Amino acid sequence: MLRLFSILLAVVFMCGLFSPVVAAERLRLATTTSTEASGLLAELLPPFEQANDCKVDVIAVGTGKALKLGESGDVDVVLVHARSLEDQFMAHGYGSDRRDVMYNDFVLLGPPHDPAEALGTNDLVEVMSKIANSKVSFISRGDESGTHVRELQLWQAAGLVPQGSWYLEAGRGMGEVIIMANERQGYTLSDRGTYLAFKDKVDLKMVFAGDQRLFNPYGVIMVNPARHPHVKQDLARKFLDFLTSEEGQGLINGFQMAGEQLFYTQ
Amino acid sequence: MNYLSDSLLAAVVLIFSFNREVQLAVWTSLYTATVAIIVAAVFGVPVGLWLGLKRFRGRRLLITLLNTLMAMPTVVIGLVLFGLFSRQGPLGEFGLLFTPIAMIAGQTVLAIPIVANYVLACVNGADQRVIDTARTLGATQFQASIQLIKEIRFGVMAALIAGFGRVIGEVGVAMMLGGNIRGSTRTMTTAIALETSKGEFVFGLSLGIVLLCVALIVNLFLNMLQQR
Repeated sequence: MLRLFSILLAVVFMCGLFSPVVAAERLRLATTTSTEASGLLAELLPPFEQANDCKVDVIAVGTGKALKLGESGDVDVVLVHARSLEDQFMAHGYGSDRRDVMYNDFVLLGPPHDPAEALGTNDLVEVMSKIANSKVSFISRGDESGTHVRELQLWQAAGLVPQGSWYLEAGRGMGEVIIMANERQGYTLSDRGTYLAFKDKVDLKMVFAGDQRLFNPYGVIMVNPARHPHVKQDLARKFLDFLTSEEGQGLINGFQMAGEQLFYTQ
Repeated sequence: MNYLSDSLLAAVVLIFSFNREVQLAVWTSLYTATVAIIVAAVFGVPVGLWLGLKRFRGRRLLITLLNTLMAMPTVVIGLVLFGLFSRQGPLGEFGLLFTPIAMIAGQTVLAIPIVANYVLACVNGADQRVIDTARTLGATQFQASIQLIKEIRFGVMAALIAGFGRVIGEVGVAMMLGGNIRGSTRTMTTAIALETSKGEFVFGLSLGIVLLCVALIVNLFLNMLQQR
């Protein structure tokens, strides 16, 4: 009886195990946490999946790791936001096609009482110096994500080397870092999308935005099939075409959170 | 206090709303953990028996190693297998990374030392005359071992339950090797991690409560089997 039951159980589990494999073709997309957590992909992917009878497997990690996954051929496409790393990726021949998809911007967040007096400053470099000099906590992503790469560029632009007990490298996702900054009442750099998603959950305020150095473009890259022959190049190309098509761009422009548009196309 | 009561309420709502995503995550957790524990039993039980029954040079060292393996962080198991399954790795051509199969492999590696250690402890505690008696009655070594397993079946069951608990509650292996893909490799634990990263603490905690309920049902079921 017991044996019969366990065999039955095993069969049921095996069915569960292999059914996804025989399903439609799958495209692997490594992307940043911002596109997944904001809900954009949930809006963007179903029309593509329906039109091409496929399923897009989303692996949401930081830009650095997403590019690593592309480099080793573990995914077919990457959707990331760190132009300098993307250009390196292309120069090394890891990608075969790169296209601009959309953009938004980074914003500096800080506690409501703004101890570093960043609010009202018009110059980005000055804001960064004020934060560094105030010794109020600054929470860095510290994970080689697109946001982290940009933050390091900003310190560099200000001629500063961030170190000391006020500079905390969290090594976590954007959402977690916003929560940490809120708990520690410190400053942090965030993409606008994630900030809007967390606006109601934290009492951090936007203390600086609107500088062109905070421009945050997203690019989609197809992993080079010459390097990794198993890459689903037809489907991957269709995906690039879709994101840059009128339909895809329309969906991106129409995506809103809390009444605000999160991503813009050219 | 609100936070906890809200979570509890949300958990109850989740369970009875039969949310499709939650169902899928529960199902993924259950079947990966179950297959992993079955495979782990196939390897772990014989290892435990062997270490418990045989006397040879280096046995103590092996047991110490096995105990050490129980302390292996799940992320390290994930890292090792990641290198193995990645397209760059030795098993890359099969494209197993970010599939349920990779997750099951990782969870199996996680569970084997636990199962083996529990079985070893049972064998040490059991009356080993069972083996001698069976042998004198003409049983082969294999048949005698089966007899011993029957003797310590509750202990073996406890080993499997402990392994199952560890596997279904872990997040490192599932996240690294599964990739937390919606509808495919998203388990209860990776879903909790995701909701936490989105700041949806109440939803995350309520998923945790659902996970505990599922574990409770599994244990009740196993308990029932033991009673028979």
